[in-house]
Amino acid sequence: MSQPEVSHPDARNAELRSRVADEYRWGFVTDIEQEVVPKGLSEAVIRLISAKKNEPDFMLEWRLQAYRHWLTLTEPTWSSVHHPAIDYQAIHYYAAPKSGSQPKDLSEVDPELLRTYEKLGIPLQEREALAGVAVDAVFDSVSVATTFKDKLESLGIIFCSFSEAVQKHPELVREYLGSVVPYTDNYFATLNSAVFTDGSFVYVPKGVRCPMELSTYFRINARNSGQFERTLIIADEGATVSYLEGCTAPMRDENQLHAAVVELVALKDARIKYSTVQNWYPGDAEGRGGIYNFVTKRGDCRGDRAHISWTQVETGSAITWKYPSCILRGDDSVGEFYSVALTNHRQQADTGTKMIHIGRNTRSTIVSKGISAGFGSNAYRGLVKVLPSAANARNHTQCDSLLMSDHCAAHTFPYIEVKNPSATVEHEATTSKIGDDQLFYLRSRGLSEEDAVNLIVNGFCKEVFKELPMEFAVEAQKLLAVSLEGAIG
Amino acid sequence: MLEIRNLHVSIGDRPILAGIDLDVKAGEVHAIMGPNGSGKSTLAQVLAGREGYAVTAGSVRYLDRDLVGQDLLALAPEQRARAGIFLAFQYPLEIPGVANVQLLRSALNSVRLQRGESELDAMDFLDTVKSKLALLDMDESFLYRAVNEGFSGGEKKRNEILQMAVLEPRLAILDETDSGLDIDALKTVAHGVNALKHPERAVILVTHYQRLLNYIVPDHVHVLAGGRIVRSGDAGLALELEDRGYGWLIPESGSLEEMRP
Repeated sequence: MSQPEVSHPDARNAELRSRVADEYRWGFVTDIEQEVVPKGLSEAVIRLISAKKNEPDFMLEWRLQAYRHWLTLTEPTWSSVHHPAIDYQAIHYYAAPKSGSQPKDLSEVDPELLRTYEKLGIPLQEREALAGVAVDAVFDSVSVATTFKDKLESLGIIFCSFSEAVQKHPELVREYLGSVVPYTDNYFATLNSAVFTDGSFVYVPKGVRCPMELSTYFRINARNSGQFERTLIIADEGATVSYLEGCTAPMRDENQLHAAVVELVALKDARIKYSTVQNWYPGDAEGRGGIYNFVTKRGDCRGDRAHISWTQVETGSAITWKYPSCILRGDDSVGEFYSVALTNHRQQADTGTKMIHIGRNTRSTIVSKGISAGFGSNAYRGLVKVLPSAANARNHTQCDSLLMSDHCAAHTFPYIEVKNPSATVEHEATTSKIGDDQLFYLRSRGLSEEDAVNLIVNGFCKEVFKELPMEFAVEAQKLLAVSLEGAIG
Repeated sequence: MLEIRNLHVSIGDRPILAGIDLDVKAGEVHAIMGPNGSGKSTLAQVLAGREGYAVTAGSVRYLDRDLVGQDLLALAPEQRARAGIFLAFQYPLEIPGVANVQLLRSALNSVRLQRGESELDAMDFLDTVKSKLALLDMDESFLYRAVNEGFSGGEKKRNEILQMAVLEPRLAILDETDSGLDIDALKTVAHGVNALKHPERAVILVTHYQRLLNYIVPDHVHVLAGGRIVRSGDAGLALELEDRGYGWLIPESGSLEEMRP
């Protein structure tokens, strides 16, 4: 009675689909009622967004100033990435799950949304949450839930959505918003300033060491929508905070724009550690679809001995354009940038950092690891600038590229400007190709080709991974393995 | 355990091996000697599955329980390793950022899974590996250094033997393991190899010089020249080579750069 073993076309398609989905496991769409503002950008749309969020006048004014400035700008063309022109009138600038006003606690959050985050492995339910990680989850334009809020409040730590901060702590928002990345900063940051919808807000008061990792999870769900989130983190004098962000999006054939701004302010003796695992949908193997990730991230070491550290693992997005930077204003302040950027298939990344040394005895460290596979293109672009005031400034830059195919590209564009003769600036760069000899060596020890590749790549990234919090480091390794499936051969 | 029949191998258009026949039985130690360019390393690499060589004729049978009737040459390098074949490299590769212990553990677990054994957890693994370190007079700090990165020549070779000791292969092929070793390191390595001798295990020593054979006494010695085995004998043959060089064994047509060991 056995059936002949002929696979049915439908079954084959299903298998194919599941295999394709395997390459990007976060590519599902949540079926949820959306409230979207009509496509296009105008003063009216900005007023509508501001009104929806019930913002005070200073916010609306700021947005409108940014919008008017944006109209005078043109898209920058200096980076190494190429893409068809973006139609800014074809984007929805606001999309939100339609469940009325902001939820007060998890019981008011749409269960469908909670299921989405469950699928993504984001612990929204406090009781299930990994102890020690407080999560703010942003779904399209709005913040869905912030866990552990009460516990943090007892220490005076504010961790909430940006919208809530505007309502509850307008004086802090007014003082710090745009103080690191002004609305005139650059094309994408200016656009963000006009239309940003939500994001996270953190304030850690004087002398407080935040007892848990704070985390934001960004998710793009709606079609044809852009995500413009804005994050502002302030560590007051002597405060310490570690912050993580993760990102995913559904698989779609069209490109979606993500233009975020992150501002960090570290006052005297404060310390901020900011880690990112960016896994936006990268597009398919032929380069269809994927997220355009144009992000401005900057930290200001505003007081003496302030310390800001950026760690990023960039594996997603069709295009990544971001330069998390540090302004080392305070004397003896420290800036760090640790980066792994992977481009496979047709992905393009142009990423790096800027370290601006202003204070005396300021130090910065840059470790950049670029991995190019398939037809991917990976550029490191960095600026180390030592101003005349920055006596005894020191920088060390290490920039390594790993090539995994014959069609990929790696570029390095380091800019160094030194205006103080007592400064020490070092730049080291290497480019290597994953070698047949190395692979054979590992395979002759019993490792599969895939495991061999992963081992070599993880070794290459080790200096960056060790900067990540433990759970994130494990996640990052897995992500790299998935992103590199079939990259050799 | 291993039957090589009429093996012909070339790189591009250039023939390197021109008809090798060799039988290796369990428990035996074979030394393959010969002048530079005679094809010794090629034979070792082909047995381990290095790509880039064209096998133009012949077959290799590896008589492992699981591989009866299969031509070894059809298997991927990792399949051969898991079936118990180990090649100690002449020039071990550096894997930056990967701790030695990480490679050893991944390798051992992949081999154990093939044997139907469970994976070792970190603690059990450490116990296993520490006993092997002692065998080779190696410090525990070796485990936490990146694979071969910044190792001296001697350290690299000892590291190869450590891997072998941990993996416990059935057929170990040592490619010029003695080259670049001082006499103390040579003794340590030889001691490590001798400690692994077992009735179920065979060893093929590929070497240019006789001196390693003072410490690891082979059951059979083969001289490779011009891609063929031109003479086989017992340990005495190696001593004779020490005296007379390779010249007297080389066919007239063989144009070899170096005639003496």
